Amino acid sequence: MAHSHDDHQHGSELSEMQLRVRALETILSEKGYVDPAALDRIVETYETEVGPHNGARIVARAWVDPAFKARLLGDGSEAVNSLGHLSPVGSHLIAIENTPEQHNLVVCTLCSCYPWEVLGLPPVWYKSAPFRSRAVIDPRSVLADFGVTLPAETKIRVWDSTAETRFLVVPMRPAGTEGLSEEELAELVTRDSMVGTGLAKSPA
Amino acid sequence: MSNTVHDMGGMHGFGPVQPEENEPTFHAEWEGRVHAMQRAMGATGLWTIDGGRASLETLPPVEYLRSSYYRRWFLGLEQRLLKFGLVSEDEIAAGHSLRRGVALNRTLKLSDGQNPPIRGNFERPSQAPARFKVGDTVRARLLNPTTHTRLPRYARGKTCTIEAIRGCQVYPDTAALDVANEEPEWLYTVVFAGSELWGDAAEPGLTVSIDAFEPYLEAI
Repeated sequence: MAHSHDDHQHGSELSEMQLRVRALETILSEKGYVDPAALDRIVETYETEVGPHNGARIVARAWVDPAFKARLLGDGSEAVNSLGHLSPVGSHLIAIENTPEQHNLVVCTLCSCYPWEVLGLPPVWYKSAPFRSRAVIDPRSVLADFGVTLPAETKIRVWDSTAETRFLVVPMRPAGTEGLSEEELAELVTRDSMVGTGLAKSPA
Repeated sequence: MSNTVHDMGGMHGFGPVQPEENEPTFHAEWEGRVHAMQRAMGATGLWTIDGGRASLETLPPVEYLRSSYYRRWFLGLEQRLLKFGLVSEDEIAAGHSLRRGVALNRTLKLSDGQNPPIRGNFERPSQAPARFKVGDTVRARLLNPTTHTRLPRYARGKTCTIEAIRGCQVYPDTAALDVANEEPEWLYTVVFAGSELWGDAAEPGLTVSIDAFEPYLEAI
């Protein structure tokens, strides 16, 4: 665990919060408002089931199937829900495609809106003040923090998630992946590449 | 409140973004419990998603900035539980329930947690046709409400272009105040030139979009 994040708890907060959170759960449980087993299940779901592997499968499908890609870019929710093997998503998932001309970057400057259903819960950096403050005004330096350098001629479009719409970036397919299967391609699709702070990995 | 530290777009001084390798879903057990309690108590339908956001925005600015994400969520949840009379200060101090709970219309059952939850649908029937069309040049209004809004400060008063119409959706500014006040409004993706937002020194070619409800926009 790293301890350098501005948005991260310190030791004293840890013990304080352990006590306060435990006390609140006790109260809510004693009053019959929450079922601790249901809470366990929610935690487990996000730790084990929902994550960027879902989004990676969607992107890999879009890379190999032009008709699906067109459908995804037209109506993200409808297209994702057509893949029955993935968990269903709510309305207003919007997929946006990176090209050599335009790189898309997603942020939520006001809180931390993020497409949980396809990427899981957001990482600490996405919720942090440095990312939320700088993505809209200085996106190229934010990308530099991730070790990403775009060609100067690639324009940057930042999508600030200010409503209940949610955005999934479809990164560019890396060169040299023509022979790969859909499953192998999905392995190249990182979480960050679907937020726009990274690029898809090149095959080993 | 709207003009407070949560509205961070364009601020300086917070330092570099620090990605963490192989980051766990939760960094401590209590974070997962806060996430789950937040979800479970949200299922009661006593407040909206924007009511939840508003409770974080009204935290004292210093508290907001020094707290981690899940600490903020905990503090906001505690505020809402007190405000809606679901728990009392003396119970929080005692760490136990001291009286019977109030009747809730809905609680989250174990069976509800078995599949990844799907987000609610915020689209509603429209009461009037959309005022703007794709391609229109409009201006984000100069608004400074003392209650919740989703129009960030950096966009206010700036000229933009309607790129897409996203349907008619629950209006956060009123829904934050009361679950009964959905007052749906048309939602648009509007695009600003970087130079319009940040001046001549802006990143060349930069564009920034927000999703803006119709009352946030005016014709020019």
